[in-house]
Amino acid sequence: MSVQVPNAERQIWIFTQMLRIREFEERVKRSFTDHPGVIRGHTHLADGAEASIVGSLSHFRKGDAALATYRCHGYPMVLGSDPRAMMAEIFGRADGLCKGLGGSMHLTDVKNGFLGTSGIVGAGIPHAAGAAWAAQIRKKGDVVLSFFGDGASKQGAFHETLNIASLWKLPVVFVMENNGYNVVTTSAQEDANAAAGEPLAVKARAYAMPGVTVDGTDPLAVHQTVGEAIERARSGQGPTLVESKVYRLSAHGNIIAPPGVPLHYPEHEAIAVFGKREEYEAALRGDPVPRFRGTLVNSGVLSSAKANEIAKQVAGEMQAAVDFALKSPFPKLQSALENIYA
Amino acid sequence: MAQLPFIAAVDAGIHQEMRRDPSVLYFGQNMATTENDQFVKEYGHDRVRVTPISETAEIGIAIGAAMAGFRPVIELYMAEFMLVAMDQVVNEAPRFRYMSGGQVKVPLVMKAGFGFAAGWAGQHTGSLTAMFMGVPGLKVVVPSTPADAKGLMATAIRDDNPVVFLHHYLLTLETGEVPDGEHLVPFGKAAIRRTGGDVTIVATGWMVHRALGAAKKLAAEGINAEVIDPRTVAPLDLATILKSVGKTGRLLLADQAPRHASVTAQIASDVAEHGFSSLKAPITQVTARDTTVPYSEPLEAYVIPDEARIVAAARKLVESKAPARKATPARKAGPVRKAKPAKKASPRPRAARPGARGTPRRAARQRRGGRR
Repeated sequence: MSVQVPNAERQIWIFTQMLRIREFEERVKRSFTDHPGVIRGHTHLADGAEASIVGSLSHFRKGDAALATYRCHGYPMVLGSDPRAMMAEIFGRADGLCKGLGGSMHLTDVKNGFLGTSGIVGAGIPHAAGAAWAAQIRKKGDVVLSFFGDGASKQGAFHETLNIASLWKLPVVFVMENNGYNVVTTSAQEDANAAAGEPLAVKARAYAMPGVTVDGTDPLAVHQTVGEAIERARSGQGPTLVESKVYRLSAHGNIIAPPGVPLHYPEHEAIAVFGKREEYEAALRGDPVPRFRGTLVNSGVLSSAKANEIAKQVAGEMQAAVDFALKSPFPKLQSALENIYA
Repeated sequence: MAQLPFIAAVDAGIHQEMRRDPSVLYFGQNMATTENDQFVKEYGHDRVRVTPISETAEIGIAIGAAMAGFRPVIELYMAEFMLVAMDQVVNEAPRFRYMSGGQVKVPLVMKAGFGFAAGWAGQHTGSLTAMFMGVPGLKVVVPSTPADAKGLMATAIRDDNPVVFLHHYLLTLETGEVPDGEHLVPFGKAAIRRTGGDVTIVATGWMVHRALGAAKKLAAEGINAEVIDPRTVAPLDLATILKSVGKTGRLLLADQAPRHASVTAQIASDVAEHGFSSLKAPITQVTARDTTVPYSEPLEAYVIPDEARIVAAARKLVESKAPARKATPARKAGPVRKAKPAKKASPRPRAARPGARGTPRRAARQRRGGRR
């Protein structure tokens, strides 16, 4: 296996994508206060997982596919989706990526290889394996990336799919973003491996596939680890389970409340439920976005001035996404009855 | 035309489509385990695979393969096994096209047998059709003849949506004429199995044949029943049913499923809403009793409707506004009971039920004041 370290240009690309996800989601979060009522239902942010998302997707090539969960804003952003269409979707507007039919939890962008998102924990894992079967039949060396959380590894869908994927040597990489919490339940409370002090990657052993744990806050480490798994999959050797350890910097999602109650992001569960302020603050100090900026500036890959210029440009891009989404009309009522059947 | 058993006709439909379209896949449990398997021989292991007992992954993998451009057919064996993976059947497969704003198609067929009322007790005998028919995005197919089994399977595979294909286990070895070569039966187009002007009987699957048997007996009494087989319940050909009811003014709905939230309840509601002015009598439903299917043979027979119950209900329905009709003598149980031995001539693969059939049902009918 030889995964090349990304060159300077590519490292700057990785940083830019991480920042784009962060700036986009900061505006999703801010919309609850800046534009109350514009976002309905439930949103879930990837802040803290940007390095894992971009590091994983930095190997993506045309013909590959990615599938993810309801925490799905980051992936299409990296794969080339228009943030204006993504924000319009989250605002339920006609110009939304999915015409306002899916919302925050169901972003899909087939033309960019983002096949779909299930809002049901673990349910999308077999879908990724199915797309990988398609890739295996086509024999073009395409791979599928399946993103899900640590909570999903307690679902039958996870275990059934890993078994079949390994048995059939499907070209799929299972990227488990382990943020340590299933909503307000800690891994040690729900996972036998975690309770025994083992990494969750050991679950791969039950299915005769490699299981590796990587620091998901380091994009270059993820690039390396997922890159090796992708090479393995492309060369017909089958799937890998990558446990990417991240820390979710926001609460699981915005508050769940009936209509009329203003929605917002509550305090992180580590503090609100478990009173572990130090744990959370340590995670904030390790925030992968500013950290990678520091790494690039320190290594001379990126000047401070250039980093600021990128930040300004990204902020402008994402503010334009909000402005666009606010101006986009609601979909025509008849559209609720379209696309039920093909 | 060839004479084929029902189950071979289903296979013929799959072969027809696998030969013409390399994107059709066929997989499931306990199939394709040797190189002698006909599907493996013809299409190879890329397209034909055996799976472990993992319904969630099987259906989920089909969804992913479908979204990636293939047309999977999943061999699920029994409809109940879909319940293990209900999320994938109801909340994944039919949702993706819609939630993506029409970006993806999910063309797949979930092939499952149902209704195995042959001593399989509570968990392998269900008629679960209604659980699927109300799910937007799903199509539900219930063939009753070998010809339709082939043609509807082929149409299901070509359809760009998830299709639940429910074949009745008691029809497995029934033979019938099946067209050679390419054969497609359209969805949403009911078959009028028998024409008649006195009462419309709507039934699906195995119950179509019970309805036809009943119609024959009714004809001997001077009652002409029209028997309609919707063939697909989603989409449902309500127009054909309404047209028939417009002619007969009487509707009898026969189903092997229990009554609550059933296919018959749905059709009854649709006809009451859209065909009320045609009705000369209340709509009648002949269904299984609202219970789990019991193991013991006479109890199973008591729970599941048969020809005699259809005949009795049809007769009552026709008489309800036509008291002058010369059917009165036939209301006695005698002639109905006498007609029973003829059923033994039926080649369906089901054990005869000597002596046990009529008694508890008749007793119950008396208890219930003849309501059923």
